[in-house]
Amino acid sequence: MDTNGMDRRQFIKVSAAATAAATAGVEGILAARQAPAFAQGTALGMLRWNDFVPASDELLKKTIIPEAEKALGAKITLETVNANDIQPRVTAAVQSKSGPDMIMTLNNWPQLYEESVVDVSDVAEELAKKQGGIYEQSRAVAQSGKKWLAVPWAIVGLTIAYRKSLFEEVGYSKFPETWEQYRDAGKKLKAKGFPIGQTLGHTFGDAPAFSYPYLWSWGGKEVEKDGKKVVLSSKETLESVKFMVAFWKEAHDEGGLAWDDSNNNRAFLSGTICATLNGASIYIESLRKPDQYKTAKGAQMRTDIAHAALPKGPAGQFAFHVPFSHMVMGYSKNQKAAKELLRYLGSKEVFDKWFVSQKGFAVGPTRDWEKHALWKEDAVMLPFKDAARLGRAPGYAGPAGKKAAEVLTKYIITDMYAKAVQGMSAEDAVKWAHGEIQKIYG
Amino acid sequence: MSPNSTAVDVAATARVRPARSLRLRLRSRSAVAVLMCLPLLALIGGLVAYPFFYSIYLSMLNKRETAFVGLANFAYLTTRETFWMVVRMSFLFTFLAVFWKAVLGFTLAVVINALPQRGQRVWRGISLIPWVMPLALSSLGWWWIYEPTHSALNWVLVVVGISPKPWLSDPFWAKFSVILVNIWYGTPFFMITYLAGLKSIPVELYESSAIDGASAPQRLRYITLPMLKNIIAVTMLFSTIVTLATFDIIRVLTRGGPRQTTHVFGTYAFELGIATGDVPLGAAVSLFMFPILAVSAFFILRGIRQSTA
Repeated sequence: MDTNGMDRRQFIKVSAAATAAATAGVEGILAARQAPAFAQGTALGMLRWNDFVPASDELLKKTIIPEAEKALGAKITLETVNANDIQPRVTAAVQSKSGPDMIMTLNNWPQLYEESVVDVSDVAEELAKKQGGIYEQSRAVAQSGKKWLAVPWAIVGLTIAYRKSLFEEVGYSKFPETWEQYRDAGKKLKAKGFPIGQTLGHTFGDAPAFSYPYLWSWGGKEVEKDGKKVVLSSKETLESVKFMVAFWKEAHDEGGLAWDDSNNNRAFLSGTICATLNGASIYIESLRKPDQYKTAKGAQMRTDIAHAALPKGPAGQFAFHVPFSHMVMGYSKNQKAAKELLRYLGSKEVFDKWFVSQKGFAVGPTRDWEKHALWKEDAVMLPFKDAARLGRAPGYAGPAGKKAAEVLTKYIITDMYAKAVQGMSAEDAVKWAHGEIQKIYG
Repeated sequence: MSPNSTAVDVAATARVRPARSLRLRLRSRSAVAVLMCLPLLALIGGLVAYPFFYSIYLSMLNKRETAFVGLANFAYLTTRETFWMVVRMSFLFTFLAVFWKAVLGFTLAVVINALPQRGQRVWRGISLIPWVMPLALSSLGWWWIYEPTHSALNWVLVVVGISPKPWLSDPFWAKFSVILVNIWYGTPFFMITYLAGLKSIPVELYESSAIDGASAPQRLRYITLPMLKNIIAVTMLFSTIVTLATFDIIRVLTRGGPRQTTHVFGTYAFELGIATGDVPLGAAVSLFMFPILAVSAFFILRGIRQSTA
């Protein structure tokens, strides 16, 4: 036995695993069934959101992370917090230069922390190469130039969850295709006591996922392609705001101005609204407790739910789904091991388990996941399968960079609509938002 | 005695003297006081003084914290419409909340003081409940009461024939809601302080005034209020400081919404600095509170000194 307490056989095993990891990546680790040679006692911390599908967090904590610990030979601590608390945690960690080695981010938040994260291009490009190419939206939010600031993890698709029977009652056997039709249906349904439920509050998901595509569908945009010239104040934007004011009053639950990302779930499942833009969590919850959520006629709510994309506007049909990615923090002392963990978690074999547990709530960051057998299980979930293709990133027509992230996190686009529906003139609301964006873009 | 033994004695005395003088010093009350205060001073230094000076330093950096920009962040804030909205809301929130807490606290204290001793204890205990509950928890309870879709309060209003109110989605009602919760939470503090003050007023004063034929309002005006003047001033000062720095209630109930209309300095500083990552600008917002509090503390404390001199 040598002085390190390792005999010849053990030395060969560890060397083989390390070589496999270096040359063949995660497949090497999985094939070698042996941890790569990280320093003894390597400890990794990971911060993620509290998943809207609790079963996925349970799977991570009880199965995937323990398996990763064995595969990588590192102690891994997974902490989950409310999504709204992630940004405060990142700021605190960056300021104190200590905290989790990897942090999950939503939307284009990684752009805000460019100076504080490690270049993860090697991991992201490997993922793209092996899994059929990363969606444009995931790429736009996590890349700065050619450099990857975070490794794309998944995209939570947002579509309109609606009550089929209610829309049929007002003459829409098919979900409205244009904003005019949606407004007409909403007006009739609000008169019957079932308004559309939509938040215009400061929420990380549902509010921007509605207000941005709505703006784009009218032809409005924040900046020109050069990412410098602010062009929000336009005839198209103004039209969108004017339409929204009437649409809101006629068809929406006006309490939506104070909703967070979970209010619409509760309102829908309690049968008080006819439709809402959301992830698939409403439907998944109705499947989980079929006898708890029922329609006024006593049918199980799950049988009355369908999903549809946001309607078309004069300039087209768009979507803003919520991309998730993982940053490796610059202060981490275990950057190599952290990257290896992300490589491991993103590998097809491991990610597949998590993907299946999501039941379609989140899709993969790459196109390969559109081919998964899961999509054959439930036709109601099909609109989520390739929803990510329609996804556009905030900051359009410019890059989804730091300035676009600041506009997003300050809710300027959402507030423009909220101000108008609460009495500010459409012209003043657009002027205000243009001025705010101008201050950010300089 | 040999010269050597003299040298040994001198050395021994020298050794003994510091020990004795240390003992003597420790015996002095001021030394003990300083020693006992040291842990507290360390805490204040670490948790108050250091963060305060560090936040001044941070507020003078650029957004990326790579360059010194002097007062540019403060100047930038003054050009922001939202910032002035926050200033107005902070003052409105503080003024209305402190005023009503003082009025209700005083009324409660007078009423409880007039009760028989046994009843006093029960009512005092019940009145203190809002104040002893963890604020984040009670704010969550209030959130459910105001909840936009299933508000319990609206349910009650509808039952008694009043139209439901948009408690958290309309700027007016949202401001009303957060101020109401702050009043609900802070009134017991005023009540218990005023009650202690009322107990310390000599009964003879009231008896003499009664003999002289003073009415109840006159007793209140010429005995109770003057005797409680300093307590009222101190509680108002403390409450102003704490209320202006409110965070939990607004964070839980409205997160500053709708459309930033319920932000106060603390929540807006958090949103800018921590939630969106612009730490220097957030630090600048929080520092705007300091001169306001310092000036109000100066005037109130000077008033107390003058009245007791």
